[in-house]
Amino acid sequence: MKIITCLKEVPARDARYELSNEGTGIKESDLTFEINECDEYSLEEALKMREAHGGEVTIVSAGRQRAEKSIRKGLAMGADRGILIRDEEGQLNSPHAVALALAEVLKEEEYDLILAGTQSDDWSYAQTGVLLAQLLGIPHATIVMEIQADPTQNRVKALREMESGWFQWVELPLPSLLTVQAGISQVRYASLKGIMQAKKKEIRTVELSELNLDLDSAPQVEVLRVYFPEAEKKAEILEGTTEMVVEQLVEKLRKEAKVL
Amino acid sequence: MSEAIYVLIDHSQGEIRTTSLESLVTGQRMAEDSGFSLHALILGHQVRSLADQLATRKVESVVWVDDPKLRDYDPDVYCEALSQILTENPPHILLMGHIYQNIDLAPKLAAAINKGLVTDCIGYRKVEEGFVFVRQMFRNKLNADVQIRSASPWIVTLQPGSATVDDLEEGSAEVVERSADLSTVEVRRKSLEAFEPIKGKVDLSKAESIIGVGRGIKKEENLKIIEALAEALDAEVAASRPVVDNEWLTRDRQIGSSGQTVAPRLYVACGISGAIQHIVGMKNSNCIVAINSDPNAPIFNIASYGIVGDLFEIVPALTKKLKGL
Ligand SMILES: Cc1cc2nc3c(=O)[nH]c(=O)nc-3n(C[C@H](O)[C@H](O)[C@H](O)COP(=O)(O)OP(=O)(O)OC[C@H]3O[C@@H](n4cnc5c(N)ncnc54)[C@H](O)[C@@H]3O)c2cc1C
Ligand SMILES: Nc1ncnc2c1ncn2[C@@H]1O[C@H](COP(=O)(O)O)[C@@H](O)[C@H]1O
Repeated sequence: MKIITCLKEVPARDARYELSNEGTGIKESDLTFEINECDEYSLEEALKMREAHGGEVTIVSAGRQRAEKSIRKGLAMGADRGILIRDEEGQLNSPHAVALALAEVLKEEEYDLILAGTQSDDWSYAQTGVLLAQLLGIPHATIVMEIQADPTQNRVKALREMESGWFQWVELPLPSLLTVQAGISQVRYASLKGIMQAKKKEIRTVELSELNLDLDSAPQVEVLRVYFPEAEKKAEILEGTTEMVVEQLVEKLRKEAKVL
Repeated sequence: MSEAIYVLIDHSQGEIRTTSLESLVTGQRMAEDSGFSLHALILGHQVRSLADQLATRKVESVVWVDDPKLRDYDPDVYCEALSQILTENPPHILLMGHIYQNIDLAPKLAAAINKGLVTDCIGYRKVEEGFVFVRQMFRNKLNADVQIRSASPWIVTLQPGSATVDDLEEGSAEVVERSADLSTVEVRRKSLEAFEPIKGKVDLSKAESIIGVGRGIKKEENLKIIEALAEALDAEVAASRPVVDNEWLTRDRQIGSSGQTVAPRLYVACGISGAIQHIVGMKNSNCIVAINSDPNAPIFNIASYGIVGDLFEIVPALTKKLKGL
């Protein structure tokens, strides 16, 4: 099975954000970056499928040069090779633009299955995977909790999470695209051997400018302003030593909120 | 003709989904602010009664598309039907709820007709050149105002809970039947059985007090400090999704959009960041206490009382204090 996994690099979970000077984004210089959470899970699923059915796992990521580090981490977990679509200027500034770039590169690749995450932990669009499937003309399923591939029959079964605790199995012909939900398995760690091997694996860099994308014809969504949300009812923060805050809290829960 | 706003009405098992009614409330407001006409759009098979229900709301018309192929959701069929409707007589905006089905559908539709899509909006503002939409991102720590610059129709999905169904205005409208030619659509996704995993034994909706525990607890063994606090408060223990994914607690204790919805008198969130999918399950609690080491954690935006600190110090101290009362 030839499997492509999409990987986005996002600011680390514990990042403290500062707004950029233009106010339409964040300052990236002081942040550390990591693999988007659900993309780790889709990579894990891809590696399990390769173990079961043979084949190849390719990571594709559009982003700045620094994303190479995250691709390398995926290679250390066991992926075979990587493709970085280098967008140093951040021209791919909407999910539609990213999907167009991914589609352009993947048109040249052979694949049976493409995996993406359900949503990114930075801009949280929950769009890119489905846009990509439509641009490539392949069927898709979203918010997938379990995958059962059957490459000999040219099909894949996927368990979709649905509203109010319902689940549904769907079956798609290959090639197709699935968006994977975070937390559905245990993600493996890179072994020391894996890390050593990853150093020798190929990461092909494609410059965005080489792709000749007509981004102006893509739908345009402009970010006017990024800001810290105003709280609906900002919490009263209790201050002091542990003993003091606990004391205050109990007092307030009894006298003000009357819940004790 | 003035410009139109369409609201896609989702339904399941003969009932209109709450999120669609919420979207209709937002649609009513947008129509009022802009002078655009508002239309409810319902796809399905033999759902005339639902179209009639919608006709008692303040909308200009109910557009009803009936086709046996629309009985159950399929992305290829629904995308084709909506593409036809949006191209033949394009509205300015198509609104829909940001629910699982539309997460599956909306980007496909946007790519199929090459139009702008803004997802998971919590609100909008009317400006001179149209509408600005507000969305949450960066793990709910930041908001953005965004505007679609390319040609309409625009597709916009709205976060569940972003409006209140009680605000829906009554009216009377005609039901207009429209057809879509679905004869050539190739259905590629086969839907197999749907099931609801056996509901758990724990019914948290009756609990007076709940201690919610999140990924900040770090290890399963550490749960004992949470259990001790729960005992001191005579509370139930609940959790965010990652705790349940790690199997530290059972699925029936998960709070949120894919878990239970609760509104106890007291909810103590320990090491929970406050992602929207968690918040929707507990934000109506009477009193919310948040204990988190990150002063910028979004949970503090909905809590009544907050303690910025290490839960491994605060929780045992709180337990001790309560036991001493
Ligand atoms: C379709 C979909 C459905 C979902 N459904 C749900 C759902 O039903 N319920 C749900 O909960 N989530 C759901 N999620 C996941 C949700 O988006 C978040 O990922 C999740 O809620 C985060 O859980 P958390 O707050 O425990 O973890 P994190 O976001 O990792 O937060 C951990 C927090 O602990 C704090 N912390 C760390 N150490 C300490 C310490 N020593 N003391 C105090 N604080 C500490 C950190 O500052 C951080 O704020 C869903 C996601 C999707 C995409
Ligand atoms: N720049 C990118 N490069 C590779 N994959 C991406 C990129 N952006 C988004 N994706 C994929 O699309 C998923 C959903 O992202 P989003 O639409 O931003 O919520 C992510 O989890 C990734 O798998």
